[in-house]
Amino acid sequence: MNLDDLEDLAVKFRDDANEPETEVRVCMAASCQSSGAAPVLDALRGGCGDKAEGACKVKGVGCMGLCSAGPLVAVAPPAAALDEAVIYREVSPADAPEILASAAPGGAPVERLRCPSDMPFFARQHKIVLANAGIVDPDSFRGYVMLGGYAAMVQALTEMTPQEVVNEVTASGLRGRGGGGYPTGLKWSTVAKMPANQKYVICNADEGDPGAFMDRAVLESDPHRVLEGMAIAAYAIGANKGYVYIRAEYPLAVERLKTAIRKAKRAGFIGNHICETQFNFDVEIRLGAGAFVCGEETALMASIEGNRGQPRPRPPYPAEYGLWGSPTLINNVETYANIAPIITEGGGWLAGIGTEKSKGTKVFALAGTIVNTGLIEVDMGTTLRDIIFDIGGGIPDGRAFKAVQTGGPSGGCVPEAHLDMPVDYDSLKTLGTMMGSGGMIVMDETSNMVDVARFFMEFCMDESCGKCIPCRAGTQQMHGLLDKIAKGRASRADLALLEELCEVVQATSLCGLGQTAPNPVLSTLRYFRHEYEEKLG
Amino acid sequence: MTLQRTRPDLPSNDKRWKLVNAAMRRNGYAGHALIEALHAVQDAFGFLDEEAMTFVADSLDLPLSKVYGVATFYHLFMLKPQGRHACVVCTGTACYIKGASALIEGVQERFGVAPGETTADKSLSVLSARCVGACGLAPAVVLDGNVIGRLGPAQLCERLEQEIAE
Repeated sequence: MNLDDLEDLAVKFRDDANEPETEVRVCMAASCQSSGAAPVLDALRGGCGDKAEGACKVKGVGCMGLCSAGPLVAVAPPAAALDEAVIYREVSPADAPEILASAAPGGAPVERLRCPSDMPFFARQHKIVLANAGIVDPDSFRGYVMLGGYAAMVQALTEMTPQEVVNEVTASGLRGRGGGGYPTGLKWSTVAKMPANQKYVICNADEGDPGAFMDRAVLESDPHRVLEGMAIAAYAIGANKGYVYIRAEYPLAVERLKTAIRKAKRAGFIGNHICETQFNFDVEIRLGAGAFVCGEETALMASIEGNRGQPRPRPPYPAEYGLWGSPTLINNVETYANIAPIITEGGGWLAGIGTEKSKGTKVFALAGTIVNTGLIEVDMGTTLRDIIFDIGGGIPDGRAFKAVQTGGPSGGCVPEAHLDMPVDYDSLKTLGTMMGSGGMIVMDETSNMVDVARFFMEFCMDESCGKCIPCRAGTQQMHGLLDKIAKGRASRADLALLEELCEVVQATSLCGLGQTAPNPVLSTLRYFRHEYEEKLG
Repeated sequence: MTLQRTRPDLPSNDKRWKLVNAAMRRNGYAGHALIEALHAVQDAFGFLDEEAMTFVADSLDLPLSKVYGVATFYHLFMLKPQGRHACVVCTGTACYIKGASALIEGVQERFGVAPGETTADKSLSVLSARCVGACGLAPAVVLDGNVIGRLGPAQLCERLEQEIAE
């Protein structure tokens, strides 16, 4: 199969589908489902069933982004982007007849439900990773192919050598989206150079940071995109087996990924002799079981091997000695989702987006005390102020902004004074926080920073795997000190001890969990030291 | 020469053991699919007891100590029977900011159980989770597998009482 054959296949699928000029899309991602999207979908489908064949189409799609206004419904021409659609918010099953009428030829939008699609939340986003989210039916293999899916994989397999694929990824300047920001191309070429018969590709979907739900949304909205990225990676590095390690807390994402793998296998896009080439690639899902530390790559591999998820010292890095001792490529969900467009559009295209050292876009999960809670994708280098006040709509109830927390329990809090900083890997580091996987939690004036630091320390204390002493005992002691401070029973000496402990744990822990556990304390001390001092006896 | 081991018999006639066995067979009784096997046991029985862990250990040819070690490492695996209803309070950052601790306190006050505990009549288990990813609905609670959001402590207790009464 070459690109022309794939295009023919897409045309055939489009003819078979016989779609009307406008379709009705219902967001069926986890958040909208929890606010009652399933009955809305049923009501719309029921109303649609009464109409003539091919006159109306209702489909369930993935995340449209504005989770706080769910259930969301969009009316748009097939394959049209979200900002060209008419979007309805907080839809109930009773609204179905009106929405169906508006989707019929000549129908006027239902103004009382309308959510302006030119509002900054939709208009200011730049969707690359989420390009298909909220448009494609995640359970439909055909839907993905109709939108140009798998073209990148077919192109790589039939027109490019593995080295050329690695070169494109290197040229794109893509950096790991899991938080570390390691150059993806460099990682790929290291694994590609390993002289081994057996290599593995792993997709890290163990999104454990509290307040982060980007990877879940990608998997729930467009699972084929991730599989395609993994297959391209496997081809580039010479692997024939892949694992997706996903949290068991995301049942819907697991279900959709399983469906996607099954359908891709049946169509010959995963498995042996993919698309009639010599390339074989099989994917298996491995479920996590609620251990945050398994997001760390060596712990994750231990968990895939069926062991306790405890990390081991690096080097040797997984690229050299990974799963069952074989060279292994581990990337995050969002990183893989970036691969297909890089192959199709060329590495230079992605390199033209973003800042000097951070290329492309980044998906963020906006949560906390903010008007527009949800999922956004913006260019690297967008300022925090734009993200929070323009796209996010600011703080509700007229309260004042206090800080935004990024990077989860490994990150820190950024105060008002630094909101004009463009967001990329390096600028956030200078602020004492990190990009992390992309969770952004906005806090208003009612949040107390000592409590916030204690909350994260409690998290790290619970999640410490217990293998190395600095992390196991250090997090416990730091939590004790923070608790003492929060309750107003601490002295200056306690604060000094806390700061000393932070340094020790940072410097001596085995893995990222321990090394970064003090970050929330250090960053709140840096910007909100007075809140600590007010509480000292 | 490799010796063909015989697989252990199912512990009882309970049909749920067949589900567990099928899950292990699907992975070729591979030792590295231990976590998958434990998930299968927990899905079927709701928790892992010694009998189940011994059965899994024998089937996968692993020492029981390893199975116990893995089962106790991961938070999702329960070693005690759970109540008829499970209420998981999300304590992720977004939920924390929006008052998850008030929910936990409210439930504790009304039902007398803290996270990780089950009421004496086995009607309700309260658990806490580290972010269920429903930050848009904060504070979020997963009640018997369904995510419900934006509830205050009083509304949550009321909802729980309804569920228990049914």
